[in-house]
Amino acid sequence: MDIYTKRKYLIIGIFSVVSLIIVVRLFYIQVVDVSYKISASSNVLRRVVNYPARGLIYDRNGKLLVFNQAAYDVLVIPKELKAFDTLGFCQIVGIEKEELVTEIKKAKLYSKFKPTPVVKQLSSQRYAILQEHLFQYPGFYIQARTVRQYPDKVAAHVLGYVGEVDQKKIESNHYYESGDYIGITGIESVYEDFLRGVKGISYMMVDVHNRIKGSFEEGKLDTVALVGKNLVSTLNKDLQNYGERLLRGKIGSIIAIEPETGEILMMASSPSFDPGSFVGREGSKTRIKLMFDPLRPMLNRAISSSYPPGSTFKVANALVGLEEGAIDEFVRFSCNGTASSPIKCTHTHESPLALVSAIRESCNSYFYQAFKAEINHFPTPAEGLEAFRNHLLEIGIGKKIGADLYNETSGSVPIVSYYDKYFGAGHWNAVTIRSLSIGQGELLLTPLQLSNMVSIVANRGYYVSPHLVRSILNFDGSAKVLEFEKHVINASRDKFDLIADGMEKVVESGTARTAAKVDSLIICGKTGTIQNPHGQAHSAFVAFSPKDNPKIAIAVYIEQGVWGARYAAPIASLIIEKYLRKSISAKRKYLEENMLNSDLISTMKIEDGD
Amino acid sequence: MKSRDNIWFNLDWFTVTLYLVLVLIGWVNIYTAVYSEEHQSILDMGQRYGKQLVWIIAGIVLAIIVLSVDSKFYAVFAYHFYIATILLLVLVLLFGKEVNGARAWFEFGNIALQPGELGKFATNLAIAKYVSQFDFKIQQTRSYIVLGLLIMIPAMLIIMQNDTGSALVFAVFLLVFYREGLSGMVLFWCFAAAILFILALLWDQFKLLLFLVFVSIAAYGVLRQSFKEAFRGLVIFVLVFGSIWLSDRMFNLGGSPLQLLLIATAIVALVFFIYGIKNHLRPVFRIFLFFIFAIGITMSVNYFYKDVLVAHQRDRIDELLGIRSDLHGAGWNVNQSKIAIGSGGLAGKGFLKGTQTKYNFVPEQSTDFIFCTVGEEWGFLGSTFVVGLFLLLLIRLIHLAERQRSKFSRVYGYGVASILFFHIAINVSMTIGLAPVIGIPLPFFSYGGSSLWAFTILLFIFLRLDASRSENLR
Repeated sequence: MDIYTKRKYLIIGIFSVVSLIIVVRLFYIQVVDVSYKISASSNVLRRVVNYPARGLIYDRNGKLLVFNQAAYDVLVIPKELKAFDTLGFCQIVGIEKEELVTEIKKAKLYSKFKPTPVVKQLSSQRYAILQEHLFQYPGFYIQARTVRQYPDKVAAHVLGYVGEVDQKKIESNHYYESGDYIGITGIESVYEDFLRGVKGISYMMVDVHNRIKGSFEEGKLDTVALVGKNLVSTLNKDLQNYGERLLRGKIGSIIAIEPETGEILMMASSPSFDPGSFVGREGSKTRIKLMFDPLRPMLNRAISSSYPPGSTFKVANALVGLEEGAIDEFVRFSCNGTASSPIKCTHTHESPLALVSAIRESCNSYFYQAFKAEINHFPTPAEGLEAFRNHLLEIGIGKKIGADLYNETSGSVPIVSYYDKYFGAGHWNAVTIRSLSIGQGELLLTPLQLSNMVSIVANRGYYVSPHLVRSILNFDGSAKVLEFEKHVINASRDKFDLIADGMEKVVESGTARTAAKVDSLIICGKTGTIQNPHGQAHSAFVAFSPKDNPKIAIAVYIEQGVWGARYAAPIASLIIEKYLRKSISAKRKYLEENMLNSDLISTMKIEDGD
Repeated sequence: MKSRDNIWFNLDWFTVTLYLVLVLIGWVNIYTAVYSEEHQSILDMGQRYGKQLVWIIAGIVLAIIVLSVDSKFYAVFAYHFYIATILLLVLVLLFGKEVNGARAWFEFGNIALQPGELGKFATNLAIAKYVSQFDFKIQQTRSYIVLGLLIMIPAMLIIMQNDTGSALVFAVFLLVFYREGLSGMVLFWCFAAAILFILALLWDQFKLLLFLVFVSIAAYGVLRQSFKEAFRGLVIFVLVFGSIWLSDRMFNLGGSPLQLLLIATAIVALVFFIYGIKNHLRPVFRIFLFFIFAIGITMSVNYFYKDVLVAHQRDRIDELLGIRSDLHGAGWNVNQSKIAIGSGGLAGKGFLKGTQTKYNFVPEQSTDFIFCTVGEEWGFLGSTFVVGLFLLLLIRLIHLAERQRSKFSRVYGYGVASILFFHIAINVSMTIGLAPVIGIPLPFFSYGGSSLWAFTILLFIFLRLDASRSENLR
């Protein structure tokens, strides 16, 4: 015995009080509170997921681009399976017996009591038959889903596709569960949160035969499904369709922007694919096949590929020269044609020549000398290049500019340290890096950046972040119009006018005079022919139209398209004509035919991978 | 008398019976939790109840071995056990296998062992040995340090295994120390800290500070045994706070309520402090200590909550206190568990008739949430019976501990009772939403060999000590 013996009472007291609290609490939740009760002892809860319909996507004129169709998943609860007519079942749902057996085995492994999908995305025809015979197959249930449908097979890259959510996403975002659908690329991915809606979960009481007997706790735990919101895209469906047809048989891309708003009117990449081919039971096989296609049809070349811009870059070069004061309207440089050094000029024209004529003739000598003057305007070449690069960044070259574009690449503009590493600091100058002046060398631009560059000239000094969605429709019919950032370039209007004059001459009497001229329209353009060590030269063309108050800015890039005016310029002019004039003039029908039918791919040497 | 030396004669069969009854009820509940019509036999080794049966039999064999060893063995080798366990805990950190995010398991073929479970009885032995030393006095700083280390070393190692729940168990030794003479104030401070922790999460700083001020004034009144003094304090505080608030309004100083309250509290505190020094009032200093302690706790709560706890622990506390509720996420377990227990009603659904637990609505139903099955199938009556049995066991253990002549046995006995108490109280409380979900098993009930064996060894060492209480004098 010691003096603290009496403390045992406090300890026993603590034990007793805690036990009492527990018993009181048990009494409360087991006897007093009825909300936890389930009336019949054999009743079981079933969790039913109500998948909402995904939001629709319209084009700028209200034409439907994507809608939904009902599809049905067949689920199985392995515990409730009885022996059944396997062959009959397989015939109804249209799968092989072996497949059904392995799927059921998988479902058993997952859970004996929880429903697991065994056949996915059954068509409504098969569903109708199955529904009638379902009573013969205890343990099988049907879950309604919606799948995407495309009225015309257009804009696959823009819209993107929907697929089953992967494990990584499930772990990082509580909303998703295994088997849910999610936008994987394109608008479907970027606007996923709006399009998907909110799925509803209800808890149903079911009897031993799994027949629903009512909701649990009067639906206290249930959540309501909310339909996805509809989007209005900036695309013009007809123009998109036309552009995709023009690209057929070629590798390349077209992107057209409304300069004033930054709205992307069309964006096509070729080769393409049928967006609907990923839907349905064969969808994932098709997708895997496309992923390993050497032509990479799933790549959106308009924003995810970057190329040397070639002579189309002279537009940017001219602007930088004007901004730096290295050139003006009247400064002339001489050209010796093919004898010019260090860069040859491939065109024959007057010499010396000033800016407008230099753009018209795409004179390499002029732009090399202008570039040299820009760089040498600064105490060191490094500072000159730095300033050059900053001007380019200001007009959206060398960085991502899209507001809602999936998988856009930034392209690249070489930085000082790159040349310092390559040649050694102080061992290079304007002559060393001269190929930049004509858009070759280390420069890489996306077609999007090219179209944005001409957009800036069209707007005479600003651009709005290019985007694909204009507004999100609310359930009450009103629309939430999205706002996008406006970027103003710090240069006076007359500089852009000067470049526009030059670009006008390109189509009127310069390098694109036969390929891109439309009688009733003033098109301002610039050609580009890009040396390609692996095959034919690439063909590029940038343009906007009309000259005053422009409605469309465009970039076309055709890989191995021989030269700028060969494919890119005609295609661009056809798009512009179609958009502004609604139809192609009789005089140019032959050109349209020619472009629609030409096939470059079949004669092309394809190199695997890159 | 010959029988006097026979441990089977001296063994406390009452406790042994309680143990067997609890283990049996536990097994029945594991059986029903994983039961399915398709299962062939109750001895199906592929099923959890089959395995548990093997572990129960092995546990009984273990108990017999424990009882067969000389009772002095445990006291003599107490420190050896302790050091060996610490070594195992270090080894498991280096070579252990990760299960559910906790690196706490050794795997030998099919069998997984959790050395953390051994930590409880090894620590208990070491504490009993240290406290029973001839010259031990708990009030010495040295004692505090050694006892603190004995607890903290295994606790820290278990926290490093990422098994915070099991580490919290070690806090319960405070009860043992209290029995051996630790000031009751320590228990009080711990209790106060726990309350403050909860209040700090639920209330904003203004409310909390105001609450502390009133509590301090009330405590002052109680300690000085004068209602008048307390009232005077209150009046002073209200006057000071009121005038500061008024002047803030009049001169448009724009102080936030919290800032004004802080200024008022500081002024009043200063007045009290000077008053206390002048009149040599001890209560004033005690309250000051409490006040500073309380402010310290509340300030550290934020840090502790945001930086020490990890996301899922935060979620569980939020869920418990009703700060945030996510029935499909962090709150799923407890909500389903409450539904299962609540649906049991007064008398339960009957053996094998439970649906919530059987149909996998409750995760971890045969381990940490085994009590759900009791609640669902046996109802309020059944769960009260089980809680009652546990309480009976605890009281019996205290009774046995008090009849020991040896201090070592007594301290060890209290340790056993306290450890069991902590597990039972927290485990059952978390299934009914009274405690945050920390993954600790329900003794003798939860599925799993390691925990069953550890509790068996823990208990039977004490029964062995008790059986030879007439021999052990110290």
